Amino acid sequence: MAVKSKEAKPEAAGGQSPHPAALRLHGVRKNYGHVVGVDGVDLTVDEGEFFTLLGPSGSGKTTLLRLIAGFERPDAGRIELGGRDVTSMPPHLRETNTVFQDYALFPHMTVGENIGYGLRVKGVPAAERRERVERAVRMVRLVGLDKRRPNQLSGGQRQRVALARAVVNEPEVLLLDEPLGALDLKLRQEMQLELKRIQKQVGITFIYVTHDQEEALTMSDRVAVMANGRIEQIGPPLELYERPATEFVAGFIGISNLLTRDGIKFVVRPEKLHILLEEDSPEPGMTVEPGVVEQVIYVGQSTRFNVRLDQGEPLVAVRQNTEAADEALQIGGRRIRLAWAPEHTYVLDQQQEPDAKPASVENTKEK
Amino acid sequence: MAVTDAGRLRKNRGAAPLQTLLWRWPWVRPALLLTPPLAWFVLVYLTSLVLLLITAFWTIDTFTTQIVQVWNLDNFRIILTEPAYRLIIGRTVGIAALVTVTDGLLAFPFAYYMAKVASRRTQTILFAAVLLPLWASYLARVYAWILILNHSGILNWSLQSIGLPPANIGYTNTAMWLVFSYIWLPFMIIPTYAALERVPDSLLEAAADLGARRWRAVLDIVVPLAIPGVVAGSIFTFSLTLGDYITPILVGGAGSTFIGNVVYIGAFEAL
Repeated sequence: MAVKSKEAKPEAAGGQSPHPAALRLHGVRKNYGHVVGVDGVDLTVDEGEFFTLLGPSGSGKTTLLRLIAGFERPDAGRIELGGRDVTSMPPHLRETNTVFQDYALFPHMTVGENIGYGLRVKGVPAAERRERVERAVRMVRLVGLDKRRPNQLSGGQRQRVALARAVVNEPEVLLLDEPLGALDLKLRQEMQLELKRIQKQVGITFIYVTHDQEEALTMSDRVAVMANGRIEQIGPPLELYERPATEFVAGFIGISNLLTRDGIKFVVRPEKLHILLEEDSPEPGMTVEPGVVEQVIYVGQSTRFNVRLDQGEPLVAVRQNTEAADEALQIGGRRIRLAWAPEHTYVLDQQQEPDAKPASVENTKEK
Repeated sequence: MAVTDAGRLRKNRGAAPLQTLLWRWPWVRPALLLTPPLAWFVLVYLTSLVLLLITAFWTIDTFTTQIVQVWNLDNFRIILTEPAYRLIIGRTVGIAALVTVTDGLLAFPFAYYMAKVASRRTQTILFAAVLLPLWASYLARVYAWILILNHSGILNWSLQSIGLPPANIGYTNTAMWLVFSYIWLPFMIIPTYAALERVPDSLLEAAADLGARRWRAVLDIVVPLAIPGVVAGSIFTFSLTLGDYITPILVGGAGSTFIGNVVYIGAFEAL
């Protein structure tokens, strides 16, 4: 599933020579004994792009990131950074920096020393170093904390230090390995926006690893969905959600309602389903199928209906609670009809890989 | 629900007064835990040390060898002014320091290899190799060194067989330095290893990621974090060498008397 095009990405201002991609992978493969880590991945990431590797545990996304950083050696394939072949280059010579999942802050150094370490190693003069560290501290909003030790900081603050320590070196590509995984939901959502803001501000290419589909959709310019060491689909969030190429992608991103009618397998997203009571009539052109509401779940901003169609398949419909949901909660157990517009269905790729197992109906955060 | 009620009643009735006590006064538990070791420590160890210190301010009647309980500072004056004592103290402390530095330099790369490079299996083998000599008697190990360093020992035999002049280091301070460094090396390796084990690998990766070569990363990140272990090991090797009096007798020469030997001889005189 090689995606080598620069499709949705506008060329850099000026549009002179086709400037090299920030990252290019050719047939990158990495096994651990008999276990497949990464299985022949081709990938091109453009400069300044926020690119996400999304997949469940064991899908190879972190291994791929570690291959790019140079912590692992590939068994086969080529890795290019900014047009330069770095396949056999150790990490300290690569123009990448990593934000580690466990942050990996140096416990014996202050926040300022942590952030300045990369510059110190590269021999940046002290005055410039101080200025750049100060700027980075301001950017991640940690002003006044630069004399603290990592163990005196909260999880969110440590996360920011890890980010600043990487960004301050102005790498060609910034690699982020589930950087928000250890934070609570509120903080995570806050940091998602913050990361996006910082990425815009510094203009560095971000390669972001996550298993959280919502996070991937929120932040990314493009997402690669991975399973079993391979890329299932690459595309902007909208395309992945609205037009999933495989059953796996459909199942992994959002709630997928899979239906097979006349031998054609397709997906309808829950919010595209209309619930019709006896007296309601469908809009013209819609497909209508009868069923029973088995369960009604109130989720605050929306209500979720688990429906069993008369043909046997379970479907999930979701309705925004634009009005009080009391009435909606009453329809549990009742016979209804589900209606959807044909243009809101998406037919799945028929010749998909057999080893891409269909995910459970709803794939939420595992950790 | 009847079952739950019955269960709850039983649980309430069974509440022991001791449990309640421990719950209400949380300090009782640590107090109970600490009393026996603290009592031992204070009564036996500290008291005997204090008694020893007090007798240092008394003198011994050289005729009757009885302790004369008159307060004076003669003992301290003798130690500080007598050149022989000053030489012995200097030698003991000097060699102890030298042994500590030697062991530190030998132990660090070894412990680093054990903690960060070796596979699980190799790690176990090396661990056994470090600990195994401790099962052999201290005396046996020192005697083994005598056989090596003797004038006609393995060392000289080997040197001669490849045509080099003999190195007569048996019964010298050099021999003591070698033997002490060998004997106490495990006490330096183990705490250093323990400290290195606790340094996460991701820190080394982070340092490499930020542009540091391996040696730079080790120097900047690993060494500072391993210092507590090295310090612990240094305390072991330094104090063990400082108090030893057997190795100086066995492998040392005429000019190898340690503080321990003086104390030993002094104690015999007093008896």
